[in-house]
Amino acid sequence: MASCSILPDVLCSFPAVSDSYIRLARKTIDDGFRGLVREYSHLIDAVVQPLQVFLNALERLFVNSPWILVLAVMLAIVYLASRSIAITIGTAVGMVLIGLIGLWQDTMVTLAIVTVATLIAILIGIPIGILMARSDRVQGAINPILDVMQTLPSFVYLIPVVVIFGIGKVPGLIAVVIYAVPPMIRLTNLGIRLVDRDVLEAADAFGSSPGQKLWNVQMPLALPTIMAGINQTIMMSLAMVVVASMVGVGGLGKNTLQAINNQFFTFGFMNGFALVAIAIIFDRASQTFGKRLQKHTEVVHG
Amino acid sequence: MASHGIEIRGLYKIFGPEGQRHVQSVKEGMSKAELNEKHAHVLGLKDINISMPGGGITVVMGLSGSGKSTLIRHINRLIEPTVGEVLYDGTDVCRMSVKELREFRRHKTAMVFQKFALLPHRTVLENTVYGLDIQGVPRSESTKKGRYWIDRVGLSGFENHYPNQLSGGMQQRVGLARALSNDADILLMDEAYSALDPLIRVDMQTVLLDLQAELKKTVVFITHDLDEALRLGDKIAILRDGEVIQQGSGQQIVLSPADDYIASFVREVNRGRVIQVQTVMTPLTGQAAAASGVMPIPVGTTLEETAKAMTAGGVALVQIVSAEGRPVGQLDLQSLIGAMVTPADHEKPPSLAAE
Repeated sequence: MASCSILPDVLCSFPAVSDSYIRLARKTIDDGFRGLVREYSHLIDAVVQPLQVFLNALERLFVNSPWILVLAVMLAIVYLASRSIAITIGTAVGMVLIGLIGLWQDTMVTLAIVTVATLIAILIGIPIGILMARSDRVQGAINPILDVMQTLPSFVYLIPVVVIFGIGKVPGLIAVVIYAVPPMIRLTNLGIRLVDRDVLEAADAFGSSPGQKLWNVQMPLALPTIMAGINQTIMMSLAMVVVASMVGVGGLGKNTLQAINNQFFTFGFMNGFALVAIAIIFDRASQTFGKRLQKHTEVVHG
Repeated sequence: MASHGIEIRGLYKIFGPEGQRHVQSVKEGMSKAELNEKHAHVLGLKDINISMPGGGITVVMGLSGSGKSTLIRHINRLIEPTVGEVLYDGTDVCRMSVKELREFRRHKTAMVFQKFALLPHRTVLENTVYGLDIQGVPRSESTKKGRYWIDRVGLSGFENHYPNQLSGGMQQRVGLARALSNDADILLMDEAYSALDPLIRVDMQTVLLDLQAELKKTVVFITHDLDEALRLGDKIAILRDGEVIQQGSGQQIVLSPADDYIASFVREVNRGRVIQVQTVMTPLTGQAAAASGVMPIPVGTTLEETAKAMTAGGVALVQIVSAEGRPVGQLDLQSLIGAMVTPADHEKPPSLAAE
């Protein structure tokens, strides 16, 4: 530290605020926050309650139904969405392998939470996306929030979630939704904003009300982009479900966490395989569904 | 359906955040270039006064940037005017409330667009009934109407195709069917045929003229093509830099262009198809003999058709007769040919002619 000897001390090691102040500040903020949470605990419970009920019901349904029934329904949904035999067979093979390595139950738990998280993300994301597309001011206000949500490391926002909602399935679900909703909002907004100006003018010229314009023109034409958003949201929910196992979400994520803590290489690998399998199933099924909705754009006049 | 005319009075449009403020200076003679330079506002339209006859086709012609598309968008107020009135059936469109305007657009106007502006996710039939959907007409009823108009524009059998599967000409037929299904009095056609290739364009012009003969709507047609304007227009208004520089019938414009700019357009026109016999005939004075045995040609026939009839009949003189069959004048081959060729003083641009 040759250079330090010639500089005054204050320029050399950063003059931090004294430890006692920081301790005091931390204590005040933490106590205030906890007090606030305690005070509004009824309200928080009331908000969380329906989520809890819904998530539990779906989880029970998935876990308690005979596997053959769940598999049949799943294959039916995948086939109806994709109309592709190959993807349906792939799904069957993937799910059977998951069952064979003894992870059926855990996969069902994960599937339930991903389904609920995706539904909530869509329900929240599409209306916010529509609002953003309608007003530049709303877009200006929401965009920075989305930026923060997307850049914040996923571990960091487990902290306020745990402080406010405690430990358990529902806090985990909330963390997953927060992580997965930004692409839904962004792509809905983008899709609506990209709708051809000429077509919008035609809608106006024929006397559309704003609602008619939205449902007849903007939403249908934004659909491919919105479908891409749904696809992204599903993928991000699957990723976050693993992280959320740290606050008490069960299923494949919990197994992975155990495998990390105990260095269970094979067990971890099997859980990873199960996650990848359902990710691919969701991805292929939702993407081909989105493409099929757009079949009118593919037949081009020569 | 009785059609009403559209009356445009003192219409100005200045694009920019404070257009209103600069109207006065434009009225006092500030030019488009000066306005743009000094105040960074763009003069779109300047003192437009056009009366568009009900039940007729009014063509607004001009090159790109002349303000013709801006003008047509004032009729259904897709663009707000800076000052001025657009009167339809006694009501000023520019003063309608949002709700009135929506009703006006739904029931009184229909529009056909240069780039078709069809909905790609709807089939031909669903596109055709789009206006009716917006009016709230149930599909059971609107589909019937939709099929009728699809048939009338010659697209039967394509009801369930998507726009992407059709050629440009066919797509514009859908655009026309969509507009006609609306049953609106005013039909606005914004360069509707400009994107089509020439043969199909002529074809579509015929479709429009045939339908118009029967429907008698108030049509406003925008084009940059003088031949198209002359073929379709009962009345033609020519725009340049946001100003009307001449308006009148096709014949008036071809025979007496208001300035060199219009004259330079008119030079290339096939006059035989525009000028009608009564314009160039020698009128009968008094009760001159209705010469017997001379070929009769009704008033309103173009010179070209007359020439065809004369060569076919092998005659050098025809008699022009009114709609009731009364002779009103005569025309010989020499004056006919003289009227069909471009007169010498229109032949060259004035700058060259001076040399």
